[in-house]
Amino acid sequence: VAGAVERVNKLVCVKALKTRYNGEVGDIVVGRITEVQQKRWKVETNSRLDSVLLLSSMNLPGGELRRRSAEDELAMRDYLQEGDLISAEVQSVFSDGALSLHTRSLKYGKLGQGVLVRVSPSLVKRQKTHFHDLPCGASVILGNNGFIWIYPTPEQKDEEAGGFTPNLEPVPLSDREVISRLRNCIVALVTQKLMLFDTSILYCYEASLPHQIKDILKPEVMEAIVLETRQRLLDLEG
Amino acid sequence: DLRVDGRGCEDYRCAEVETDVVSNTSGSARVRLGHTDILVGVKAEMGTPKLEKPDEGYLEFYVDCSANATPEFEGRGGEELGAEIANTFYRVFSSESCVDLKSLCINPREHCWVLYVDVLLLECGGNLFDAISVAVKAALFNTRIPKVQVLVDEEGSKEIELSDDPYDCIRLNVDEVPCIVTLSKIGYRHVVDATLQEEACSLASLLISVTSKGALTSLKKVGKGSLDPESIFEMMETGKRVGKSLHVALQKVLDEEESLGTSRQKVGFLG
Repeated sequence: VAGAVERVNKLVCVKALKTRYNGEVGDIVVGRITEVQQKRWKVETNSRLDSVLLLSSMNLPGGELRRRSAEDELAMRDYLQEGDLISAEVQSVFSDGALSLHTRSLKYGKLGQGVLVRVSPSLVKRQKTHFHDLPCGASVILGNNGFIWIYPTPEQKDEEAGGFTPNLEPVPLSDREVISRLRNCIVALVTQKLMLFDTSILYCYEASLPHQIKDILKPEVMEAIVLETRQRLLDLEG
Repeated sequence: DLRVDGRGCEDYRCAEVETDVVSNTSGSARVRLGHTDILVGVKAEMGTPKLEKPDEGYLEFYVDCSANATPEFEGRGGEELGAEIANTFYRVFSSESCVDLKSLCINPREHCWVLYVDVLLLECGGNLFDAISVAVKAALFNTRIPKVQVLVDEEGSKEIELSDDPYDCIRLNVDEVPCIVTLSKIGYRHVVDATLQEEACSLASLLISVTSKGALTSLKKVGKGSLDPESIFEMMETGKRVGKSLHVALQKVLDEEESLGTSRQKVGFLG
């Protein structure tokens, strides 16, 4: 295992650079549904075991509070199918290491149109909030498990739906350009092993504006952009 | 006209081509197209010509999908894909004008050069056929076949003598060697050089092999979806255009590498 070492007296902890996601309670994760089982969904979150999303941990459409009945069980597949992406929070960790997720808030739920970027979980910085609305015109969810979801900022906050009805309208070209640029910036930061948080992504985005979107992935351009980002982050700290 | 990584529908990813990476082959090339990594080695061996074409040499293709490429290739998982790729290449090179096979003949009906083209898939990152065809063309360009002289003994038996000078060799003319362009249909548009995610979204693809002059040598449809005949014509036109520019770019890189000669720094696998 290769990574950063932390020593506390005689205890040596190594934070690995490339690892599977080890969940903590309270982390935000973005996952993909792999199976629909009796009273739960199995979610793939880049960890050793598939995470579990219990039916009772899921919000009903309309925000009702009642005991889940047999009809709810039969209608599970209407809510979430195999292949859907969801954002959720870790409620608890089972003894074997599997995570139990919940979507008990209106900001979690099924994700609509957007772009997923898979990175190593160790590169996502732990912050107070992982849902960011970037001023460049797109929003980003930095999942602690290394799944980063970039999507166009919704104009109005539709509270009633609770994230169940995906918005399938075509996304305008300007939004798509912003999202592609953000995606390439994140890939550039990841290849240069920089920590991902909203400020670093924003600085990288601004540094990449003079270049064309597809040029960001060229090695020379990538190095130049990340160097500038690193410089600005150092200036911010110092 | 904007894909997830900012490319247009006809843009290729950043590609790296390097020739002469394997020392014990007659010619070799390595191509890295995004996350796809291909290594091609060409070995020239003496053999007997085929019965129906007694005054020509021939090419033999073998594709090995390394288990390192993706987990699906573990054990014998990659054999089906390897056989499919090899058969595609036999079709692509079936046209008479691709490689000058007559120059590979030493003695009609008795001896000829057989070029064994071995393809090794090191990493699968989408768009295998294009990368392999570019690597095969680069490896054939890099191939050096030693010059042979046929001596006739007093009794009339022929002896083959290899020239002693290791630099005395014949090179192949790769101007007519075709390159494959894969066009994947996603929704109503078609894209060139699909990544793994784009390949998962596309239902059908068209493989076109184009020579540098824009002539098509073969056409193949892959995938379980269907293609409209009109869209096939559009895809063919796109493929010809993209193929021509691909040939120009590849030839430029190969000529540059060639001009550096022996002073070229070889990056190989450690760079």
